[in-house]
Amino acid sequence: MSSSHNLSAPGTPGRVCGTTGLGVCLDAQRFIKLNAVVGIVFLLLGGIAALLLALTRWQTVHLLPADWFYRILTFHGINMLILWILFFEVAILYFACTTPLNARLYSRKVAWASFIMMLIGGVMVDYIILVGQADVMMTSYLPLLAHPLFYLGIILVAVGTLVGVFNFFATLYVAKRDGAYTGSMPIVTFGALAAAIIAVVTLLHGAVVMIPTFTYSMGWTAQPDPAWYRLIWWGLGHQSQQVNVCAMVAVWYLISHITVGAKPINEAVCRSAFVLYILFINLASAHHLLVDPGVGATWKIWNTSYAMYLAVLASMVHGFTVPAGIELAMREKGYNRGIFGWVSALPWKNPAFAATVLSVVIFGFLGGITGVTLGTQQINIIAHNTLRIPGHFHVTVVGGTTLAFMGLAYYVIPLIFQRDFIFRGVARLQPWLFGIGITLLAFGMSFAGSMGVSRRSWDIDAQGVYGPAAHLWLGVLGIGGILAFTGLLVFVLLCVGTLIFGKKIEGRAMADWGTPTALAGSTPGSLAHDHYAVKGTMVLTLVFLACFAVYYFANWKALADVWPVR
Amino acid sequence: MKNEPKIHPWQKLLDNPWLLLVLGVLIPILSYTVWGWVELLMTKPALLP
Amino acid sequence: MSLRPLTAPWFHAPAGFEKIWLGCAILWCFVMSLMMPYWHFRGKQNSTGEAYTVTPAAFMARVDKFVAANQVGTYKNPSSSNPLLQELPIVEPPAGGDAYLMGRMWMWYPALRLRLGETYRIHLSSVDLQHGFSLQPLNMNFHVLPGYDHVLTITPTSKGEFTIVCNEFCGLGHSNMSGKIFVE
Repeated sequence: MSSSHNLSAPGTPGRVCGTTGLGVCLDAQRFIKLNAVVGIVFLLLGGIAALLLALTRWQTVHLLPADWFYRILTFHGINMLILWILFFEVAILYFACTTPLNARLYSRKVAWASFIMMLIGGVMVDYIILVGQADVMMTSYLPLLAHPLFYLGIILVAVGTLVGVFNFFATLYVAKRDGAYTGSMPIVTFGALAAAIIAVVTLLHGAVVMIPTFTYSMGWTAQPDPAWYRLIWWGLGHQSQQVNVCAMVAVWYLISHITVGAKPINEAVCRSAFVLYILFINLASAHHLLVDPGVGATWKIWNTSYAMYLAVLASMVHGFTVPAGIELAMREKGYNRGIFGWVSALPWKNPAFAATVLSVVIFGFLGGITGVTLGTQQINIIAHNTLRIPGHFHVTVVGGTTLAFMGLAYYVIPLIFQRDFIFRGVARLQPWLFGIGITLLAFGMSFAGSMGVSRRSWDIDAQGVYGPAAHLWLGVLGIGGILAFTGLLVFVLLCVGTLIFGKKIEGRAMADWGTPTALAGSTPGSLAHDHYAVKGTMVLTLVFLACFAVYYFANWKALADVWPVR
Repeated sequence: MKNEPKIHPWQKLLDNPWLLLVLGVLIPILSYTVWGWVELLMTKPALLP
Repeated sequence: MSLRPLTAPWFHAPAGFEKIWLGCAILWCFVMSLMMPYWHFRGKQNSTGEAYTVTPAAFMARVDKFVAANQVGTYKNPSSSNPLLQELPIVEPPAGGDAYLMGRMWMWYPALRLRLGETYRIHLSSVDLQHGFSLQPLNMNFHVLPGYDHVLTITPTSKGEFTIVCNEFCGLGHSNMSGKIFVE
């Protein structure tokens, strides 16, 4: 058995992919499979919880009683924001450090340790929530206190993920050392690196906040200060979502490359944007504390602005370079008519491509714009803890990241699990069903929230201050939730069904979902030096900027209408 | 050796994952965590007449 | 190539449309960077986080003292589903003075009566869990922590009956947690 981490070294356990010709490390493959499958199981659990919650906040239905509402809300947050996403991201990390670098995963033992810790932690947390010993919301804000197993479970998940991240970094190191590749790592790996670096910051905060809280819950130490708890917890809680952003953007580059042949229009620009994420995106955890006592205006303004919006600049860069890469690839294939002629030739029937476009649009237009606006210190006064906040993060984490990951699954299952999808017609519709459902849900939340409806509240009627309009929007939330859940369920059934019944791919390429063919007379790379080729993207991004400016200033106006306060 | 193409200094930084790891951990911890923690520690006791 | 290592140097300065977009985006980020400090100095609504440490017992004692010295009436709502809200003292702080408002499971105590156009310093704290001060229908929201006296220097500019909803989860009675501010 070879001890080199170069996949090309003789005796290294690997295979050559029948579709792409790239090398696949068999160790990485095993752990991609394990982590992806477990992730999708937690996605399903979190999704069932989501349906129950949506049908409760829709006041007309009001399905769950109060105690179960708060219990299932805790369960939903943990399963979606921590378990589903971290497991799937570890799978992405293992892919990104091996195949693109022709490298072998650093250690099988480390991968097992990571997986087992994360799995035990996840099961522990889910169990203790469902038996009613942790009705504290995912944030478990002190002085609310859960059973010690709740904190221990989260600690295990955090440490397990950190171990997986270590495996990623170690693989990068030995791949370079053993000459598995020369030159710079590709953009997909670089995006994964950004995600991994942010994960380190995230998980360090998780350890610092959860360990003293665990020891307090065991009665061994004093209660940590609630304001301190919020500060450090959000170092875990929001940072983990920034890991999602990096992973999602890396997936955008990956899928646009596989489906359309796109590549970064300027490597320096794309990579610098990831570096801005690495340095500054974590500062914005401050936006959870904008109307808190104790932390002052300067700290709030500097940190919530991601250091003068440098990390927002990064998102706006990717918002240009991802569509630009797609447009350039299409124009080079000969689809050059007018400003948007290339759009109709895009592989809309390819579910991975559709998921990516939906993810870019939903995350950018809806998620990014609302996020930056709500995260403005003063505007947060009219938004904190209202349903506007979940309205924002459902379009980013769900409409953005989860939808992109679903798109990725349409290639991971054929290429890594080596099975072609069943019910391909249904698969082509699934991203649209899910994307439209989540968008409706988020609209319902955002409009109800702007009318003052709270998040995390079982019933709005007891207060007697919310009228028919608020109820209408909660109904929209309910309908969106039903559609989104259906889209999620279809996805899970397709994946599970394919793993059991899908046609095995051995010694051939996967069944093509559809990629646009190059027209006669076109040459790849023909537009490499035309820096004004991407007219469609330019128009789209300027429209985006206009929408941003309108929404942003409209919110300042809404703020100016409330009572003066300091 | 003389024929190796010159690599731009910015590319050298971006090609160094370990430096990015150190900066990516230090900057947020100082700007968000440590600064925020100090602000909380400096909160004065209330004067409740 | 997105999936293969790059063996040739790849640094190029931005050009063309990507350079134009970078310029637009940087300009927009600059505008946004100026807005918050501008509003901090010239705008009327800010969250400066003015706060002091306080023990729940000391804060509760101060609230009781405030109520005893300034009560002007009683708010009665016998049909309220929340027994804690069926009767609340209405307390009016002196013009330009301090008011003390306590959040507890599951009420905001006491009810306040304020005068239009006067500026007050409202001290918010919790005597048990974290709570969310959410003034409706204005939709002004602030966070309230046990152990911290969160001071809002606030000026009512509209008259009427305002309800304080709680928007931070604080147990089973959370969605019934309510309070009142009357502005005349």
